[in-house]
Amino acid sequence: MKSDNDVVITGIGIVTCQGVGKEPHVALLSATEAGSPKVETERFAPYPIHPMPEIDWSTQIAKRGDQRQMENWQRLGVFSAGLALDDAGLKTDADACASMDMIVAAGGGERDIKVDSLIVDEALKRNDREMLLNEKLTTELRPTLFLAQLSNLVAGNISIVHKVTGSSRTFMGEESAGISAVETAFHRIRSGQSSHSLVGGAFVAERADIILLVEGIQAHATGDWRPIWSRSAGDGGGMIMGSVGAFLVLESRAHAKARGAHIYAVIDAIEGDRGPRDEGKLEARLARLAGHASGVPANDTVVFSGTSGIVDLAARERAVLDKEFPGAPVRGFGGVTGHGMEAQFPLGLALAALSLDGAARVPTFDVKNEKPMTTAVKHAVVTTVGYTRGEGLAVLSADA
Amino acid sequence: MSDNRFKDHLGRPIVAVTGMGVITSLGQGLQDNWAALTSGTSGIHKITRFPTEKLSTRISGTVDFIAVPAENSVERSFAFARETTAEALAQAGLSGDFEGPLFLAAPPVEPEWSDRFALADRAPPSKSEGDAYDRFLAAMRQRPDPVFLEAVQFGSISERLADTFGTRGLPVTLSTACASGATAIQLGVEAIRQGRTDRALTVATDGSVSAEALIRFSLLSALSTQNDPPEKASKPFSKDRDGFVIAEGAATLVLESLESAVARGAKILGIMKGCGEKADHFHRTRSSPDGGPAIATIRAALADAGMDEGGIGYINAHGTSTPENDKMEYGSMLAVFGDRLKDIPVSSNKSMIGHTLTAAGAVEAVFSFQTMLTGTLPPTINYTNPDPTIVLDVVPNTKRNASPKAVLSNSFGFGGQNASLVMALEPA
Repeated sequence: MKSDNDVVITGIGIVTCQGVGKEPHVALLSATEAGSPKVETERFAPYPIHPMPEIDWSTQIAKRGDQRQMENWQRLGVFSAGLALDDAGLKTDADACASMDMIVAAGGGERDIKVDSLIVDEALKRNDREMLLNEKLTTELRPTLFLAQLSNLVAGNISIVHKVTGSSRTFMGEESAGISAVETAFHRIRSGQSSHSLVGGAFVAERADIILLVEGIQAHATGDWRPIWSRSAGDGGGMIMGSVGAFLVLESRAHAKARGAHIYAVIDAIEGDRGPRDEGKLEARLARLAGHASGVPANDTVVFSGTSGIVDLAARERAVLDKEFPGAPVRGFGGVTGHGMEAQFPLGLALAALSLDGAARVPTFDVKNEKPMTTAVKHAVVTTVGYTRGEGLAVLSADA
Repeated sequence: MSDNRFKDHLGRPIVAVTGMGVITSLGQGLQDNWAALTSGTSGIHKITRFPTEKLSTRISGTVDFIAVPAENSVERSFAFARETTAEALAQAGLSGDFEGPLFLAAPPVEPEWSDRFALADRAPPSKSEGDAYDRFLAAMRQRPDPVFLEAVQFGSISERLADTFGTRGLPVTLSTACASGATAIQLGVEAIRQGRTDRALTVATDGSVSAEALIRFSLLSALSTQNDPPEKASKPFSKDRDGFVIAEGAATLVLESLESAVARGAKILGIMKGCGEKADHFHRTRSSPDGGPAIATIRAALADAGMDEGGIGYINAHGTSTPENDKMEYGSMLAVFGDRLKDIPVSSNKSMIGHTLTAAGAVEAVFSFQTMLTGTLPPTINYTNPDPTIVLDVVPNTKRNASPKAVLSNSFGFGGQNASLVMALEPA
């Protein structure tokens, strides 16, 4: 039953190793075979990563000066947000942008690797390391780098470049940030607190400083790329990170209808949760979240799993999905895009919305472990299980 | 059965505050903080956490009296938040699992330099210039370090708070720079108004003062360099103000729907009446010179509260003591309140506690309620050389008795972040 307060997706801005914008992703989702995704295995060997495609930044960030004020991660966020606004037909609507709410899921912490290297090299020769820090940081640190890697400055730059200023909130906390961002925007629209929102995130995998963090628990897969359900503990942890930008424009149905916007899909439900994962607690939580999709027929539903690929977690999530959604094909989308961390959940929603809009029969992303779709998709379940914590699930439907 | 006593001017659930906790450089707990704040005491001191030779700013409002298992910003931020939350829940009379959502304003975190040095010490030697992270990775492959990862996970503070206090669902960790504390409260208010929960735990914490954090703000010329004496450096609205003093702290507010708070017989400390926000697209660190977004933010908070300008009896200013903020904030308040502004007392807690960054909006919300509850306006200290272009009653140097029924608190931050809160003693 349609309602004015339905939360609908009307804009999609997406960048992955598959390409820039929705076209390459529509092509992927409607292909008969997904093919092998682009993987970079040399630059950060032994860690494979899915690289950013070639991007002409100036198509969404017109001023060179603005581009220079950001590192790649912020650029990718601002660029993808611009794609989503464009796609929704709101990019040039100054009033809509000025009243648009915004929630960005952000990480941060990109370093000036040259400066850090210089400092640790020097420190190996000295005992007064704290003094050395004061000396070097005051002289070597670029003042603008702080802002170029500061978490809330993706949103700040979106305000500057795209003039989205209704509100600006930045959520942090790895995958959970992306889950909470969509969940919060969803409930605000559903309850009438917001009429239109920009929500999403970006992640850049191609950085040794970011790769290092995750290697603290040896989460990375090593060696060559393998499909996501086919990774084993013999090849590292199982996670292959990908550079991802994923933004959505969400609106109330009433707002979208009033301006004649194209509706890709409706978000029926969304919830995030967390807690201990031992002794079946993860499975119990995922099963509870899966209850949001209890009314959805299995035969025209696809499950977009945002699994990180971490071997044990992937297997455990998959077992729950196979039990809760028997008959529904599962697609581990991180296998063909890489794990997008804060952007992972918004990316899953973007892929689901494009599939629903195109009534796609989504090809398998892991031939041996995913079964083909025989019916055009009308419903989608999107999951994300954080690589250390946090889980989220959304249910989407075609706007029939 | 809900009745109209529990609904606001827009028919939404009224949001009450039933518990508060606070830590600043002035001390732990609301009582100690309030005694110091109303006696005009400064918590700003010389930095001892790290050497300050060669630094242009050598003072801060660090919190050095809460024990932490390791010196890093995650451990400090968590410990402060844990303490203020325990205080707030005790005041609210809540024990056991909280069973409501957690909204946490927390600083972005990164590895500590000591961790990088430790990695370098156990890493293979350099092969080419600028290869530190390749070596760190080699060291990490040889011996993983889950503690290192946990200390740089943005979700690790809320994870521990959620476990400690039994909050429900996926906690939100947020940053809207120096407006973060106010945004956490706003998210809690929204969740209650949506009817998704009867209560929300809103926490803001910042234990992120380190050499690099200080140097970063220094390089942006944001910090005061008036190091001697430290307690005189923060002088909001003064002519010779030259920057903010970086500081640490935390605050927790227990928000509940008035209806459920009354139903369980809780003591109502005050009402979170309205929240407003408006982003600025002018510049990454500077506000629109015309104050447009700040003006819109204050007006949005008043409208959300269902009040006009006449209802505000006191303003808890953002008042950072930077040349630009104080001027812009004054202009914005003048635009909203007009001639009446000079008759509204406006003070800045930051004159005493410095700028607690991520925590500021919540710390100052707690002090705003305490102002109303005690009938005492905390002063703006170090106000001996007024900025002649800022004509405000800043409650100069000494506290004052007054009984404001409603208070406005402003928070503005880098990245065009603006948030204002309207708080009152009574629902009506």
